[in-house]
Amino acid sequence: MKYLLALAGNQNSGKTTLFNALTGSNQHVGNFPGVTVEKKEGQILKHKDMSLVDLPGIYSLSPYTSEEVVTRDFILKENPQAIINIVDATNIERNLYLTLQLMELGKPMVIALNMMDEVRASGNSIDVKKLSDHLGVPVIPIAASKNEGISDLITEIERIASNGTPPPKLDFCVGEVHKAIHSIAHIIEDQAKKAGYPLRFAATKMVEGDSITADVLGITQSQMHIIHHIVRSMETALQTDREAALADMRYTYIEKICAECVVKHQETHEQLRSEKIDRLLTHKYLGIPIFLLIMLLIFALTFSVIGPPLQDLLQMGIDFITGVLSDTMQTANVSPWLRSLVVDGICAGVGSVLSFLPIIVLLFFFLSLLEDSGYMARVAFVMDKLLRKIGLSGRSFVPMLIGFGCSVPAIMATRTLSSDRDRKMTIVLTPFMSCSAKLPIYGMITMAFFPHHAALVMITLYVTGILVAILSGLLLKNTLFKGNSVPFVMELPAYRLPSGKSVLLHMWQKAKDFLRKAFTIIFLAAIVIWFLQSFDWSLNLVADSADSILASIGSVIAPIFIPLGFNDWRASTALIAGFTAKEAVVSTLTVLTGAVGESGLSMALQGIFPTSLSAFAFLAFAILYMPCVAAFAATKRELGSYHAAIGAAAYQTGVAYVVALLIFQIGRLFIG
Amino acid sequence: MTLDQLKPGEGGVITSIGGEGALRRHLLDMGLTPKTYVEVRKVAPMGDPIELFLRSYVLSLRKDDAAKITIAEVKQVKKP
Repeated sequence: MKYLLALAGNQNSGKTTLFNALTGSNQHVGNFPGVTVEKKEGQILKHKDMSLVDLPGIYSLSPYTSEEVVTRDFILKENPQAIINIVDATNIERNLYLTLQLMELGKPMVIALNMMDEVRASGNSIDVKKLSDHLGVPVIPIAASKNEGISDLITEIERIASNGTPPPKLDFCVGEVHKAIHSIAHIIEDQAKKAGYPLRFAATKMVEGDSITADVLGITQSQMHIIHHIVRSMETALQTDREAALADMRYTYIEKICAECVVKHQETHEQLRSEKIDRLLTHKYLGIPIFLLIMLLIFALTFSVIGPPLQDLLQMGIDFITGVLSDTMQTANVSPWLRSLVVDGICAGVGSVLSFLPIIVLLFFFLSLLEDSGYMARVAFVMDKLLRKIGLSGRSFVPMLIGFGCSVPAIMATRTLSSDRDRKMTIVLTPFMSCSAKLPIYGMITMAFFPHHAALVMITLYVTGILVAILSGLLLKNTLFKGNSVPFVMELPAYRLPSGKSVLLHMWQKAKDFLRKAFTIIFLAAIVIWFLQSFDWSLNLVADSADSILASIGSVIAPIFIPLGFNDWRASTALIAGFTAKEAVVSTLTVLTGAVGESGLSMALQGIFPTSLSAFAFLAFAILYMPCVAAFAATKRELGSYHAAIGAAAYQTGVAYVVALLIFQIGRLFIG
Repeated sequence: MTLDQLKPGEGGVITSIGGEGALRRHLLDMGLTPKTYVEVRKVAPMGDPIELFLRSYVLSLRKDDAAKITIAEVKQVKKP
């Protein structure tokens, strides 16, 4: 028999560490259907018949966030044989709050009581046996980061998956709430059965006023009327409202259990240590400088110390393979177009994108360190006020900052944002942060037009990018992403040493993700661009790329840029080619102008752009318009559809056009 | 008194949770229920959000949201 198991628990409870400990590296990452919530699945070690799904980290089963809805949907619809509920023993009260709700779902369950090592080391204790008796659910003490208790847990999972019974109905509710749950249970009994909802869960949710459950059960209007009546009389009797009444009841029950099972003399060493570390890292004056310093260090290591040598090495490998392929095909007398496809199309295209790989792996190494250590939550805490004005929260700050290095890992990093809306908005805004691949375009234009003001031009454009992101944020906040912002109520977990295994796994997953993209969508895009660049309309291989399809498309769209101050097919063609990678804008212009050397290119550019102002407008457009194909592929993956990704790219291109237009038209008034 | 008015180092007991919808539910779910004891530990460098300590864990909250939580029995627990 095949078993399906669900792993559920709070954020920061060590859920990912436990998932890794249970499954090893045998994991498959995808999305839950219909939403961009990550779904990880893996087989339990040495138990090929047991498939474990890692559910999102949540604190409750409310109807308000997609993570919480996904969790309840998965458990109720996919029918796992058992739930593994991970509970952080150092923070047991709040963790058990979710446990009580999971128990209502009527599935066999085991509690993995994590971080018991920290509890013990601090001289505190938890009576596991008593806790298990109180809840009526087996409790296994573990320390996931040290691999302690994992084999006991697996044995227990085996047992409950094959012949476990659902948890007992806890009488955590007393008096008026109890009365209300029972009265409502009578009314909805048949509907709950038909929908496959456990009656207790359904009744509790109706008391809470959960609209999703009401829809699923198909509660009629007259039933709703009666339910409202029951709830209202409960509220009057308790002098509080329905949601507060239930939350209060659950916590009161948990406090009672903890009073009997938990002995706590002091905060754990980790909690005390965290308070000390935070005295520095979230310090009133030092907090922000320290954060910027850490980011600077990460950037320096990634983009100048470790990254480039690795990139060079990879490039050498790619060049070598390209050389061998080219020579082999030449000796084998392969037709020139096929050789060009392989060498100029596939090898060059995919190769240029692959050279990003070291940077992505390195950035994700540092990002996992920040995330797993608990520092990322502090960054959000420190930076929140700044980003709130544009409708985002502090959590979005790091992905945006990464965007200055490379949009691809920046977009991939939005995965850690807990709010769907924030994630989408961050993905759309991040590419406005000028990435490092755009530097050659700066270099080319400043050399030709602003040789004495290179730094000024660069700063102006970086600032323009940031301003555009801010204005865009304001615009999106008040239009497309109106209203439904998720509140910023965030736990600051205790600092912990990241586990090497988790960090490596995370890096490997991101690398795999990127490689898959490189060999699918990026591969295709490289072939398409190569084709357009190498053939004319009658499908003859062209010797001069000025005769190619791409060039003729370039000439057709060139007039679009007249309001921006330039009208040259070479400029527009270069912009199209920039879709493969931003550096291609420079290389395409070089090829199309036939310029030799830097000064030659500068001369040629002065022929293309009539004024410095028009060159500046071109530069602004090139900085802001749709991201390269790798970033596009990342956007597609994170937003969940081509439709949304194309929408985002169109929006970015539109914004770029408007900004460049304003620069040229307003600038003209002053410069003449 | 509301929670946002507490200074770092002060603690008190929650008397009611205001707000509505997702925010209110989230506050309740995180353990900010009536009769719960909560301490303000810190204010973020830019003056917002604030850092709380309750039920043996650390939570951060924006001042606007903290203003929806009323507090009684406020006392100084630690030197700021």
